[in-house]
Amino acid sequence: MSALAGNYTYYITAFLLAIGLYGMIGKKNLLKKLIGMNIFQTAIFLFFIHGAVKPGTTVPVLDSRIGMDAAAYINPLPHVLILTAIVVSVATTGVALALLITIYRRYGSLEETTILERMKQSS
Amino acid sequence: MRERLENSVVEGLSRFLVPFIQIFALYVITHGHYGPGGGFQGGVILAASMMLLRLSLGEEYEHRRFSPTAASFVAAVGILIYAFAGLVPMMFGGRFLDYGYLPIPGLSPAELRYHGILIVESGVGLVVWGTLVTLFDHLLGREG
Amino acid sequence: MNWYTAIVLALFFGLLVYAERDLPDSSDASSPARTHVAPTYIEQSYEDTRTPNIVTSVLADYRGYDTLGETVVILTAGLAVILILPRSDRRR
Repeated sequence: MSALAGNYTYYITAFLLAIGLYGMIGKKNLLKKLIGMNIFQTAIFLFFIHGAVKPGTTVPVLDSRIGMDAAAYINPLPHVLILTAIVVSVATTGVALALLITIYRRYGSLEETTILERMKQSS
Repeated sequence: MRERLENSVVEGLSRFLVPFIQIFALYVITHGHYGPGGGFQGGVILAASMMLLRLSLGEEYEHRRFSPTAASFVAAVGILIYAFAGLVPMMFGGRFLDYGYLPIPGLSPAELRYHGILIVESGVGLVVWGTLVTLFDHLLGREG
Repeated sequence: MNWYTAIVLALFFGLLVYAERDLPDSSDASSPARTHVAPTYIEQSYEDTRTPNIVTSVLADYRGYDTLGETVVILTAGLAVILILPRSDRRR
């Protein structure tokens, strides 16, 4: 398994994805599901950023001592994608929290089973 | 989290730190061309400084200085700046978001693109700032 | 954790590990993610935009349309929170 030594961060990312997925489907509290979604998003960011690294190169800010050689800088495209994705994830977490506050004010609880019971009683 | 903290150490320290945080945020936005930084990062730091003031000095005092309506207005102005930086080149012969046709006199097309990037990054910084402060205020508000 | 959650997670993790053998090695310089358009961006960025930071020039100039879309997404999230949770002291 020589691939294990080269791509070990991929396995760590897959492990974090599994933890996030467990938080989303295995827990019954709505806030814990939201935290699971955030862990999932963080694992995706780490996977993208790891895909941009080349050994022996430096950050993609042009340095006059290195010149404009394309093989001396890491790939800038994944960094561009993840920059906006991080701020978008903060904004969507804000919207999810607003929905959770509305649910709490309406039903008095954040546990999935309790909310379903109260929905059946009130309908 | 809505009332004033009534602790003079926290209030004094946050009043002292906030100008430095805001100047650092402006530095991060404008030096995005030369190092890590840019609009998104600077906007988040600006929003963090306003959240520090709201947490330590209380809502009543801070909302008279910078109200939630003003934060939403700032976000809308930011996206309008970005859209106009895209539409103005269309009136002068270029395509949408083609910064080489901006009507600033005396600059070569490469420098016009430099200034176009600066305008666009400040627009993005304003949007991120306004949206995060709006999120903070509305998540902590009373039932409306 | 009941047994069907454990089976779903094990299948998910197994699928990711199985898909790993198709990924290029992390030190491979001829993988498609590195040879398609990224060298063009690195070499042309200073000539076209006079900006040493390649990430900023790609974000705001070469891919400026995507950044406009993402900024509108952030604004929409703020707008959605204003509509879901109005404050009681908003002056109309």
